[in-house]
Amino acid sequence: MIKLKINGQEQSWDGDPDLPLLWFIRDEVGLTGTKFGCGQALCGACTVLVDKEAVRACITSVSDAVGREVTTIEGLHPTGDHPVQKAWRDLNVPQCGYCQAGQIMQAAALLIQNPKPSRDQIREAMAGNICRCGTYQRIENAVHLASTGV
Amino acid sequence: MRTSLPLVVAEEMGADWSRVRVQQAHGDEVKYGNQDTDGSRSTRHYLMPMRQIGASARTMLEAAAAKRWGVPATEVKAINHEVVHDASGRRIGFGDLAADAAKQSVPSVESLKLKDPKDFRYLGKGEIRIVDLRDITVGKAQYGADVRLPGMKYAVIARPPVTGGKLVSFDGTEATKVSGVEKVMEVKGWPWPSKFQPLGGVAVIARNTGAAVKGRDALKIVWDDGPNGKYESVAYRAQLEEAARKPGLIVRKEGDVDAALKGADKVIVGEYYLPHLAHVTMEPPTAVADVKGDKAEIWAPLQSPGGTREDVAKTLGIPEENVIINVTLLGGGFGRKSKCDYALEAALLSKELGAPVKVQWTREDDVRNGFLHTVSAERIEAGLDKNGKVIAWRHRSVAPSIASTFAADTVHEAPFELGMGFVDMPFEIANIQCENPEAAAHTRIGWFRSVSNIPHAFAVQSMVGELAHATNRDQKDMLLELIGSPRLVNLSSVKDLWNYGEPYDSYPIDTARLRRVVELVADKGGWGRSVPKGHGLGIAVHRSFVSYIATMVEVSVDDKGKLTVPRVDTAIDCGTYINPERIQAQIEGAAIMGLSLAKHGEITFKDGKVQQGNFDSFPVARIDEAPLVTNVHIVPPSPDTPPSGVGEPGVPPFAPALINAIFAATGKRIRALPIGKQLEA
Ligand code: FES
Ligand code: FES
Repeated sequence: MIKLKINGQEQSWDGDPDLPLLWFIRDEVGLTGTKFGCGQALCGACTVLVDKEAVRACITSVSDAVGREVTTIEGLHPTGDHPVQKAWRDLNVPQCGYCQAGQIMQAAALLIQNPKPSRDQIREAMAGNICRCGTYQRIENAVHLASTGV
Repeated sequence: MRTSLPLVVAEEMGADWSRVRVQQAHGDEVKYGNQDTDGSRSTRHYLMPMRQIGASARTMLEAAAAKRWGVPATEVKAINHEVVHDASGRRIGFGDLAADAAKQSVPSVESLKLKDPKDFRYLGKGEIRIVDLRDITVGKAQYGADVRLPGMKYAVIARPPVTGGKLVSFDGTEATKVSGVEKVMEVKGWPWPSKFQPLGGVAVIARNTGAAVKGRDALKIVWDDGPNGKYESVAYRAQLEEAARKPGLIVRKEGDVDAALKGADKVIVGEYYLPHLAHVTMEPPTAVADVKGDKAEIWAPLQSPGGTREDVAKTLGIPEENVIINVTLLGGGFGRKSKCDYALEAALLSKELGAPVKVQWTREDDVRNGFLHTVSAERIEAGLDKNGKVIAWRHRSVAPSIASTFAADTVHEAPFELGMGFVDMPFEIANIQCENPEAAAHTRIGWFRSVSNIPHAFAVQSMVGELAHATNRDQKDMLLELIGSPRLVNLSSVKDLWNYGEPYDSYPIDTARLRRVVELVADKGGWGRSVPKGHGLGIAVHRSFVSYIATMVEVSVDDKGKLTVPRVDTAIDCGTYINPERIQAQIEGAAIMGLSLAKHGEITFKDGKVQQGNFDSFPVARIDEAPLVTNVHIVPPSPDTPPSGVGEPGVPPFAPALINAIFAATGKRIRALPIGKQLEA
């Protein structure tokens, strides 16, 4: 029996320990905010925080998260008002919205490590997250807004 | 659309948008009419009906209030979610009136008084937040894959690697041993050309998607590759290019092109090639079905709810009334989700298992088993007289048609493809001939955002750049000279002219509008400004989905051939519009999609199989390649201009503007997409 914490809640799993965390979170726990986009760590749609670091849940196995704190988009902020989430709304970032949970989690992780990233650092840190609708200009501006207030 | 169309109703009703909640309707064409979200037509087709619906509701609310107060209906007015009676100062909220209002007779369309556009509070005004904004940022927005039903099974399917291939046999022994896998079973497939029906294959059913994927990896399958097993992109390209060098079916003819080319002082020839593309919507195709007896319910991201309902009914052999279609949010569509094969797969599996089933396509499935954008060779010969004026234009376009998905013997582009920037080419030239040589399809071809406008605009607008260079003129001047005088283009020489489903008289090609967007983008983007060494400016204009769009790109290419885009400006004239903030968003996104296809986009085949699989082999533009700035300039509509498309028209002019800019920066003319490594040398 594997035990791990997701958004502060204890979860257990007695199935395949190699199951990608993504499918455990989505299909077994039922938290569907974390998305599937590629399954190969190429798009960032499945990004979650594990102990405050951004990881791709599609290539992280459940057993890798044992004893660690997993945070998904649903658990990022109790009322959904993390500065990144607010900036995202202020700048109307999403189009279809499907990539945005991953983008927001990646941006939140960046700001933990580097509270005042430069434009280049933002582009570098966000380059693993694809947005097929092409909201990149707004993503960059929103991360900037979240970090500086302007 | 979930925001814009309800906003129109709210506007006409006199409702307060902050108190409006949007509920998604089931897919039901009988009740609601066409609900498809493709062809950039939702605003075009529904602006007026939504205004009428809102005005009807307002009239009924006013009538109910007037009745309650015993005053003439002409004395009351709906304002900001209330009906008010100015004379007495009385007011009642919409909510209190709703039940009474519903009992009023529905006014006739002719009797409705629509708002004067100058009184609009929301329409055309700017920032209206999309209704799902908050849910998206907190992970609550529900997409197709997020639907969960009690007892639901998770399925992935191994489909034939070659389009038109068939399952011969399979061995699921190892797959069933995978922890979490419950069952391995065959899925029915349809023979080539399969329309929107499933391709068939072997499904792995499991308790979660991860187990199903792992189970599928352990399957042993023997396929018969069928008639397309030899499809090979290098040979096919040569074949298309060869066909473009020979006469083909004439689809537009004005004057005498042969004679004019023969008599020309100079002939410039441009041969262009654009490969297959995959949609790679961020959310791969997925659907949930629950089939019980002769009833079925579907939850899926669908661009064609009505067609899906019909196809589910037919596939299961049940009446259409017994099918409920729930349209979820779409994690990107771009035309892929206009074809409902994934929903049909889920329906077939659910029927057989007697349980709700979710079918999830992996990214590899999406890239290898989708409906690809066509592949095309374009060839333009332009004849110049001794003053450098273009007197002859022959354009040949060779590309397998979407119609081949329905009829295998199709070898010509359909009128709706020819009408996308090919036969409707707007230049004022005395001798014009458009020809369409034959091309047979060897894979499923489908609508991809902007469709055939992509290759056609690429060829035409690249040629403008080539002509400017050949005659030593400024690109923009050359472009305006070719567009010619402000006029409505006469296309009477085109048989079966397709105009995005609109009568040509109500949406003619107006070259004054075309010129205006060119001038606007040049003005705002600073055409002719001096740029640093290694930078270049390029411009292109294109009319599609009855909108007019000009794009100007500034590019920089360093000495290693690395390309960056410091700035993009786009001007759009889409007639009357609802929510300019979303137009801006769509155009910003179109630049990224244009950049993706220009730089990276290419699907190739070998032995009938797609050689790419995921974002490593089929890359799309990422944030570190995105233009540093994208500016959008919207032409204010004149009062009587009908609305036109926004979702698609931004894509076609981007690639040729970029290519023209690269030429200005480097002197290298790219004629085949994607750019790939062509600038490195
Ligand atoms: S789904 Fe994990 S990175 Fe794409
Ligand atoms: S908003 Fe659609 S993929 Fe990013």
